[in-house]
Amino acid sequence: MARNPVTWLGSPTFPKAAKAALNDTQLRQNLRKATGTIRERRAAAVTEMTDWEQLRVAGEQIKNDVLARLDTLLVELEESVTARGGVVHWARDAEEANLIVLGLCREENANEVVKVKSMATAEIGLNEALEAGGVHAIETDLAELIVQLGNDRPSHILVPAIHRNRSEIREIFQRRMGVEVSDEPADLAEAARVYLREKFLTTKVAISGANFAVADTGSIVVLESEGNGRMCLTLPETLITVMGIEKLVPTWQDLEVFLQLLPRSSTAERMNPYTSVWTGVTPGDGPQKFHLVLIDNGRTATLRDSVGRQALRCIRCSACLNVCPVYERTGGQSYGSVYPGPIGAILTPQLVGDMHDPQAASLPYASSLCGACFEVCPVRIDIPSVLTHLRAEAVEAKGRTAESVAMAAAAWIFAEASRYEKAQKAGSLARFLAKDGRITSLPWPGSKWTSSRDVPAPPAESFRAWWRKNRG
Amino acid sequence: MRVKVALFATCLTDTFFPSTARAVVRLLERLGCSVEFPLDQTCCGQMHFNTGYREQAKPLARKYTDVFQGYDYVVAPSGSCAGMVREIHPTLGTAPPRTFELAEFLVDVLGVTDVGAWFPHRVTYHPTCHSLRMLGVGDKPLALLRAVKGLDLVELPDSTHCCGFGGTFAVKNAETSTAMLADKMRCVLDTGAEVLSAGDNSCLMHIGGGLSRLRAGVRPVHLAEILASTEEDPWRATP
Amino acid sequence: MASAREEILARIRNAKVPAAQPVVRGYHREGPGGVELFAERVADYRAVVHVVSNVPEALTSLRGKRIVAPAGVPEEWLIEGVTWLREPLSIEELDQADGVLTGCAVAIADTGTIVLDGGEAQGRRALTLLPDYHVCVVRADQIAASVPEALQRLEPTRPLTFISGPSATSDIELSRVEGVHGPRTLEVLVVDQQ
Repeated sequence: MARNPVTWLGSPTFPKAAKAALNDTQLRQNLRKATGTIRERRAAAVTEMTDWEQLRVAGEQIKNDVLARLDTLLVELEESVTARGGVVHWARDAEEANLIVLGLCREENANEVVKVKSMATAEIGLNEALEAGGVHAIETDLAELIVQLGNDRPSHILVPAIHRNRSEIREIFQRRMGVEVSDEPADLAEAARVYLREKFLTTKVAISGANFAVADTGSIVVLESEGNGRMCLTLPETLITVMGIEKLVPTWQDLEVFLQLLPRSSTAERMNPYTSVWTGVTPGDGPQKFHLVLIDNGRTATLRDSVGRQALRCIRCSACLNVCPVYERTGGQSYGSVYPGPIGAILTPQLVGDMHDPQAASLPYASSLCGACFEVCPVRIDIPSVLTHLRAEAVEAKGRTAESVAMAAAAWIFAEASRYEKAQKAGSLARFLAKDGRITSLPWPGSKWTSSRDVPAPPAESFRAWWRKNRG
Repeated sequence: MRVKVALFATCLTDTFFPSTARAVVRLLERLGCSVEFPLDQTCCGQMHFNTGYREQAKPLARKYTDVFQGYDYVVAPSGSCAGMVREIHPTLGTAPPRTFELAEFLVDVLGVTDVGAWFPHRVTYHPTCHSLRMLGVGDKPLALLRAVKGLDLVELPDSTHCCGFGGTFAVKNAETSTAMLADKMRCVLDTGAEVLSAGDNSCLMHIGGGLSRLRAGVRPVHLAEILASTEEDPWRATP
Repeated sequence: MASAREEILARIRNAKVPAAQPVVRGYHREGPGGVELFAERVADYRAVVHVVSNVPEALTSLRGKRIVAPAGVPEEWLIEGVTWLREPLSIEELDQADGVLTGCAVAIADTGTIVLDGGEAQGRRALTLLPDYHVCVVRADQIAASVPEALQRLEPTRPLTFISGPSATSDIELSRVEGVHGPRTLEVLVVDQQ
């Protein structure tokens, strides 16, 4: 089986990648500012909703229902889309999906396509596959465009160029668009408008993702801000939508929950500027050819895991990234995948499906388990629980290591109070290493701690020794 | 009737911070509880569980239930360990006895916020992640601190942000952990407090270890030790 | 070899996901609603809002000379002094128009959103996308209080566009700036007869 492109080939493990990223002071500054801004705004957007918790619960339950009835709902979606003049395709993995899309582009004789930002197509490496097949994909979302023009990689689900600040973006635009532009966000947005306008008006094929697909009506929903989505979904003759099989909702009514949860969680707005809904083909309005490509690419394997499958509830809002103290410091590229942050740490290894892969296996450890992600998740994915669940899988895959031997020894000691007490007494001797009540240097692996923190000198007498003496 | 309480000291506090456990005993007895310390207790298994050694955590969870079975209340000076027991032990196939973090126990069970403490120092408080998000302890520790005579409580900026400890995270991702610690220390130092308090000695050991390395002159003191301190028998640094 | 479709469906069935609990819809279906709240929320997006009682009168302050008017726009809106562009219109003609005047299908007070469904006085989607200036007339009775109420009033199989303010982006340092590819100016005329 071909390698799943959800992780980038050759990416180092998380701790190694993070170490390099932490030294990038510009990155640290950009992320601190951006995540700080959005955190506050999200909190305000959510606080004004008195029924937020009820919406979260409904969102969780609707998505659980989708996962429980995924086969019948997908067939229902296929029927509704087909009845309205659309064509539905199925792809087991990235390679198959890319071949389908490339084939469709060739049918239309397109050597250039416009794209709406889509995580599904980023996950399967569609742009690269199209390029290899002679089709150039133009990203039209501002942040995607910044990444594409900068020959860069994405670092955030919603704002892939979050790691770039205005002056860096200005530099990329001047270099690649050949224009003079200031570093004012409004001017940069204007530059993108001018750069892409002609493409929107003339390109015949567009490729999009989908935020939601409504099984009983066949309606596809895309939320966006800039209008690039509307351009792609409206003006070309052919529209190809690529979506993960879990992006369903059963009924039109269910959207009332997600259209409230998603904008407030992701951009901290009451509603995003534009939401487009279309159902198959509408004569006289918009693309007259519509293809829907449903991709598995590791999702059905994830579905088998009773704890891990909740990651498939994700609606890609990125609230968990914005509140994550690890993400804020390491940035998204350290995760080596289009899905960074807390959701990436649980979704990516499951989509890869191989805990023997050291990079994938390092991701569930990229968290202090502080729980901020679970608190903000609009569909109540218990990310910390899935993290510890996947850590157990990683441990099992690794087999015997120095760590597993130490852990087994610790478990043996803790199993009996008498052993534990002996170990305490032996450990207490470390107080002779201390100066002024602190230990500043320990041998490995303790050195990982003492590289930046002191250890208090162990007391001469443990609490239990005191208790035995005074109360026992 | 006197409330019978079993103290779960936690392995970290028992071994490294006995003064905290002694303070819990003093405080609870002052408030009319009778306190027992079952000597068979060891560790709740959190390190094993959180690092991916779920199977090895199971016997420790069973042991916990065996040791504390029959007590009306178990009280731990740790939000993290109490959270492990309450939220995780049931997923490991055990039904643990009712276990509380200290501040919850004082406010919810004993119904007190003014515990008659005296602590004439400038203090800032770090709400630890597990007490905040696993247990939902909320403002209870702050309510307790506000009632302490002589105590000057200063608000910690970005208080709800993780300090970067995270158990084995602190060594497995030492650099990231340190970056988080640096920001937490900056916030602590910005308050001008002389004492940093929290309900978990693990996080205090982490932040305190960083402050100690910098010779910052801020002392980490567990919430229990502040609440145990009185005019007659004031808190003093113990070796 | 099984088709991708059959194989994916078989994998899903093999995952044996247990049936889910019934969905509890404990959230609000209604809200205070009303013209005032709607106008306030639209204005929050930095759109231009006027509460008016007479549309033709209000339209005298239209910016631009060449304005698109979709089929079904009431005759009295087509005031003099403006060149009204009527369908069929090419992409180029739309791109060069000064603006577009439409009605809407539904509006949402809670979120300050207008929804177009391609029906009466709205036209196909390109009409409200290419001109840089969109004037939308909303009748008070078209304003739903909440998102759930609005979705109930809509026909899902029509091509729908939910519009909340002018086009915008938060892609640069996560701070919002208005005006990217969609209309940079959105003007909403709320018709309140009272």
